[in-house]
Amino acid sequence: MPEAVAAELATRADDHLVQLLTPSGELVADQDFHYSGSEQELVDDLRTMLLTRAIDIEATALQRKGELGLWVQSLGQEAAQVGSARAFGRHDLIVPSYRELGVYLALGLDPLEFLGTFRGTAMVDWPTGPANLHLPSFVIGTQTLHAVGMAMALQRDGRVGNPEPADNGAVVVYFGDGATSQGDVNEAFVFAAAAQAPVVFFCQNNQWAISEPTTVQTPIPLYRRAAGFGFPGVRVDGNDVLAVRAVTEWALARARSGAGPVLIEAFTYRIGAHTTSDDPTKYRDAAEVDEWKAKDPIDRLRTYLLARGLIDDAWLDGVAAEASIAAERLRTGCVQLVEPDLADSFDLVYTDTPEHLQRQRQEFQAYEASFEVNA
Amino acid sequence: MSTLTMAKALNAGLRRALAGDPKVLLAGEDIGRLGGVFRITEGLQAEFGPTRVVDTPLAEAGIVGTAVGMALRGYKPVVEIQFDGFVYPAFDQIVSQVSRLHFRSHGRLSVPMVVRIPYGGGIGAIEHHSESPEAYFAHTPGLKVVTCANPSDAYWMIQQAIADPDPVIFFEPKRRYHDKGEVDLDASAAPDSLYQARIARHGTDATLLTYGPMVRTCLDAAAAAEAEGRSLEVIDLRSLSPIDDATVFASVRRTGRAVVVHEAVRTLGMGAELAARIQAECFYELQAPVLRVTGYDLPYPPSRTEHSYLPDLDRVLDAVDQSLAH
Ligand SMILES: Cc1ncc(C[n+]2csc(CCOP(=O)(O)OP(=O)(O)O)c2C)c(N)n1
Repeated sequence: MPEAVAAELATRADDHLVQLLTPSGELVADQDFHYSGSEQELVDDLRTMLLTRAIDIEATALQRKGELGLWVQSLGQEAAQVGSARAFGRHDLIVPSYRELGVYLALGLDPLEFLGTFRGTAMVDWPTGPANLHLPSFVIGTQTLHAVGMAMALQRDGRVGNPEPADNGAVVVYFGDGATSQGDVNEAFVFAAAAQAPVVFFCQNNQWAISEPTTVQTPIPLYRRAAGFGFPGVRVDGNDVLAVRAVTEWALARARSGAGPVLIEAFTYRIGAHTTSDDPTKYRDAAEVDEWKAKDPIDRLRTYLLARGLIDDAWLDGVAAEASIAAERLRTGCVQLVEPDLADSFDLVYTDTPEHLQRQRQEFQAYEASFEVNA
Repeated sequence: MSTLTMAKALNAGLRRALAGDPKVLLAGEDIGRLGGVFRITEGLQAEFGPTRVVDTPLAEAGIVGTAVGMALRGYKPVVEIQFDGFVYPAFDQIVSQVSRLHFRSHGRLSVPMVVRIPYGGGIGAIEHHSESPEAYFAHTPGLKVVTCANPSDAYWMIQQAIADPDPVIFFEPKRRYHDKGEVDLDASAAPDSLYQARIARHGTDATLLTYGPMVRTCLDAAAAAEAEGRSLEVIDLRSLSPIDDATVFASVRRTGRAVVVHEAVRTLGMGAELAARIQAECFYELQAPVLRVTGYDLPYPPSRTEHSYLPDLDRVLDAVDQSLAH
């Protein structure tokens, strides 16, 4: 199936968007991709998407209150994140950018652990993050090269192309539409294609790179770039959790089987601002935002599940209650995050701390202590 | 005289450069409608159009590399790197290409371009948004490296950097963007050469050598020292490459003591260079070794610890005490 689809993709109508659930919440068929999950999984997806939004909104509020230095919203991108995370297999590696809250929650991670990065109490680490999750990256696009290197390591480890699909692994790397302009991302495409590396490039095209519309980066749809590098590209409705899952599952299965990389362009929209430091009213039309609000990924899934009788108001109330507990936990946990001591940083620079850094630590500690004496 | 923030002064300087020379153009990420993430280019695209104030693709090597080509064809590109920590993708272009074209072409080619970089910490930012990478560039022959510390300098220095026939790395201390000061917007020319250090405060007991964001810290330290009967001279280097040796040596000869203050990490930083130069030239006039007050040799730490990381008034005064104890 994977190879057949790859061949078929070449014949798809230009700029065809893979879609399985319309904005009004109705199922539609796609010629190549079909939803493989259960209805219960869709209910779980809605729950994760609702929690993502609630935590996102709470973190934004915490930034407004001065508790966080910055927050990077996922508002509007929940389906792209949760749907792609649904497709991860046991041996897959995940390489995020900085906007993947929904992926983290789908993985069952505690969002509070990641808050220190934005509060300034910690670097970008997840203290108890799973081993298959790489650190998020704030330098645009740079993580795509790491992802390809990890995929090349999977090849060497014999994790690719085994007859038993469950033995295989691949890498999923996240980045934005703006990132596709970076040299690093283009080099990642080159390396991945040359090595036929098992990597899925997952581009969340939210149509804006801070103030720059995607047209500043490219005159053609992004997914079409893949062809020039020598691997398939697929454009999927990023607000449709079913379609995102279907396409990502296909791309991962294909990569794990040894057929090489895929570029997925999840076509979505950033309803919020780029970050809490950004003011999109300076460059973006309200009408455009309204148009996309009507395509909200959460609304359409909720509409569908309600219509099918898979959820009801009581279920929604239950999730809302769960979300407000999660938000409350974030609120109280945020202010209790341990304030770091610079003294601890000196031993983190190298595996073994060289003498000059030991001296600088002592110098720093003596300086700090001088205040305690004087006070 | 007008009272302006440094951000507005830079904006006014860029506007005057654009208006005065049709070959000047600005390029960078988000500098158009948004006016840059720090609003330094606010309103300039509306005024001069999208071919003079260009929103570029999100690619630093591309921004700098294409500016080289424009400069080689007679334009004067002024590019903005959004934050200090994002200049590294363009590092190869800057150190291997921009810096050497004049030399490699036996002086036949020149690259009259400016790379503007908001730099330094103190704003509570996340990783890669608080770096002080000036030493990498000052270490590279062929680049001129400058940094402003007040609105008047910001206004004039950016225009001088644009007019310079050589490539200039122009560091803007983002922590001081909102500091206000007097600017003579209508004067016909800058008061000083771009490569001349400024005596920001006269004093007799010791010299503080500093630049960019730390100038204000050192001026505050000097004011505090005065209350204790100590007279500190503060030199704002302004140019980190070349260094105005004459002003530095004359001051150190007068006071006999030098303390270099910068945010960047200590090892192989500007302090090391200044200390070496001073001891080679002023050895017999020195009353004490040249001391350094700097950031520690760490990656810039999480922002909640940056107050401990960044040199502050007390650390500067401690070093002055140490120097005077000799
Ligand atoms: C190398 C680099 N240059 C500039 C930046 C500053 N910056 C942070 S996010 C961003 C826009 C990114 O847009 P996109 O790739 O579309 O991702 P999105 O944030 O929209 O998800 C920019 C320019 C950066 N982080 N790294």
